[in-house]
Amino acid sequence: MTTNTIDRQLDAKGLACPLPIVKTAQSMKEMVSGQLLEVLATDRGSVKDFAAWSKSTGNEIVEQTTDGGVFRFVLRKK
Amino acid sequence: MTEPLNLVLFSGTDDRLTAASVLAAGAAALGKPVNVFLQYWALDAFRRERIAVDHGLAPEAGAEGRAHVDALRAAGQASWADTFRQAKELGGVDIEACSLSMDLLGIEEKDLDPIVDGVEGVTAFYLNAGEGQVVFI
Repeated sequence: MTTNTIDRQLDAKGLACPLPIVKTAQSMKEMVSGQLLEVLATDRGSVKDFAAWSKSTGNEIVEQTTDGGVFRFVLRKK
Repeated sequence: MTEPLNLVLFSGTDDRLTAASVLAAGAAALGKPVNVFLQYWALDAFRRERIAVDHGLAPEAGAEGRAHVDALRAAGQASWADTFRQAKELGGVDIEACSLSMDLLGIEEKDLDPIVDGVEGVTAFYLNAGEGQVVFI
């Protein structure tokens, strides 16, 4: 089985840059290594911002989908 | 990403302070230390009594710019003060008042909003800035 079990969810829809990333970083601080965080965001910079944040912090993006202007990311805490 | 981002805030209008708060919060989310040094009109805007009031916009905004800013605010964009608070919650963000500007404005540390960590001179600012970029807004 490769289905990912989400440990925590963050609804960042409607929030402008940089709050989706800021709230993601805040949520991650309260999680333990290996846990998965699902984030929903509508900020147009999200795809590049989450990629950059993941690369810089080492928290991996394990899933990424887009549905009607809503970007969904599943991130694994480093 | 270990070198800090160093923001020198001079302007006290809401648009420039918002841009600065976004830079600070973005850097903090990446785990980068952020040093904010408040001078002149930016420091004035961080007064306890004034932090939440309307500080106007830079002259280039004009009426059209004002309308865009108001629309974004109505859509729920956080204020610059709230964005700085969020950045501080992430840790690694230090906000210091310029001692010369404190004298210029005739204000005391107790007059400043609690998100300001303290008062320092330019030498301390440069020492903490290390090899990181210095951005003047």
